[in-house]
Amino acid sequence: MSDAAPLLAVRGLNAWYGESHALHGVDLEVFPGETVTLLGRNGVGKTTTLRAIVGLIRQRTGQIAFDGKDLMRLPLHRTAHQGIGLVPEERGIFATLTVDENLVLPPIVAEGGMSVEEIFDLFPNLKERRNSPGTRLSGGEQQMLAIARMLRTGVKMLLLDEPTEGLAPVIVQRIGDLLATMKKRGMTILLVEQNFRFASRVTDRFYLMEHGKVVAGFPVGELPDRMTLLHEVLGV
Amino acid sequence: MKCWVYDGAMTMIFGIPVQAFLGQLLVGLINGSFYAMLSLGLAVIFGLLRVINFAHGALYMLGAFIGYLLLTRFGIGYWPALILSPLIVGGFGIVVERLALSRLYDIDPLYGLLFTFGLALVLEGVFRYYYGVSGSPYSVPPLLSGGTNLGFMFLPNYRGWVVVASMIVCFGTWALIEKTRLGSYLRAATENPRLVQAFGVNVPLLLTLTYGLGAALAGLAGVLAAPIYQVSPLMGSDLIIVVFAVVVVGGMGSILGAIVTGYMLGLAEGLTKVFYPEASNLVVFVIMAIVLLVRPAGLFGRDA
Repeated sequence: MSDAAPLLAVRGLNAWYGESHALHGVDLEVFPGETVTLLGRNGVGKTTTLRAIVGLIRQRTGQIAFDGKDLMRLPLHRTAHQGIGLVPEERGIFATLTVDENLVLPPIVAEGGMSVEEIFDLFPNLKERRNSPGTRLSGGEQQMLAIARMLRTGVKMLLLDEPTEGLAPVIVQRIGDLLATMKKRGMTILLVEQNFRFASRVTDRFYLMEHGKVVAGFPVGELPDRMTLLHEVLGV
Repeated sequence: MKCWVYDGAMTMIFGIPVQAFLGQLLVGLINGSFYAMLSLGLAVIFGLLRVINFAHGALYMLGAFIGYLLLTRFGIGYWPALILSPLIVGGFGIVVERLALSRLYDIDPLYGLLFTFGLALVLEGVFRYYYGVSGSPYSVPPLLSGGTNLGFMFLPNYRGWVVVASMIVCFGTWALIEKTRLGSYLRAATENPRLVQAFGVNVPLLLTLTYGLGAALAGLAGVLAAPIYQVSPLMGSDLIIVVFAVVVVGGMGSILGAIVTGYMLGLAEGLTKVFYPEASNLVVFVIMAIVLLVRPAGLFGRDA
């Protein structure tokens, strides 16, 4: 891919939910500044992969190196401080916190994040409603807030779990623009996405997952040649 | 003779002399102050740790006893004890959480309940062994001795102070939780502790501090209670059952609910003593039963 070392390198990642073996040796790499998308049907382990990387799933084996550091040994609350942020599928907006409080909840882990004022310039809707409870926002606004609060923390890499799920096309468009802006600022992104067309607009590379494993990886340019495989695996 | 006529013409409310009426309301307000402070700590602990802290009454007793021991053993008076005792009880709570409670979070919540219940029995047993069940008096600090004639009633100064102090404590704790950055961590972690921890907040430390804060609040209530009730090993277990009822009526985990309900139920008890004294020990539980029937989540609780 390039001479640079990967920012995130995952090798042989296995994960379990109790007795249920969910990941069977996931291998993937994401290089600095790249946007990479995990594709796959429901239940193949895309969300589990993200949750295991940040440490939300503790029953895991294998290697996860981020920026040269071993994430496997860190307690959950130390992981974010290495510079990796999760925007979870359920968005994780807190009902008992105002928009403002939701925005400043994740601690700043490094310099170089956006200020609250910069974020409000980017998301004027959030500024107007800064004193409302977080969950009073529309689904699209909540997704914006879930991404915005990570931009403040100065993380180098974002893990985004289905950011466009259930949102209107015009909002999906805005989230696409937002990802492009972040990419320009040098953010590294690992994306899980069902919306194939959206993903191919923002991503540099794809990984295809099946049965808890990465089965293929290819740059976005090879997409036309890979359509047969994608039809087979995704049924799209 | 004239004097007798004057006395006979005293004001009545619902056929009750106004002095007796207000006197019982004051008793209710005092009890309510302790209900509020204790149920507040219980609600904060339950909200974040999901532990039903059966040791809360024992921590309250511990606070009163530490105040008593500071005075009798070291000659340290009421005002320093008001700071020292909560700090000691809070520190004790922190040690208990680190050593024992924190190991029980990942298993059935019943274990947390059983552990704190056992802790309460041990604490009470220890103090019973050394001090017996008959209470020891703790005198009112000189600054607050005596009383004030309010015109319609005579208010012992210390009792007035307890009401004011409890309101300050309750409001302060409410503001800490609802209005500060630390409080926003606490509220968020109450909703979804794993995600807050994944964001980089040290949630295990937050849990330890929260249990320490709850314990310190109970200890503070204990010191405040010492001059009113006697300092006795069983003072906590007498109170804790009512306090649990307060938490249930207010709504598990609701801070504001615990405070408001604490004062309300104290007043309800006082009023019942005026009109139907036989029911005064029961009224809290009757209200609890009605609330559970009509609004199972509690008056201030969110429906799950």
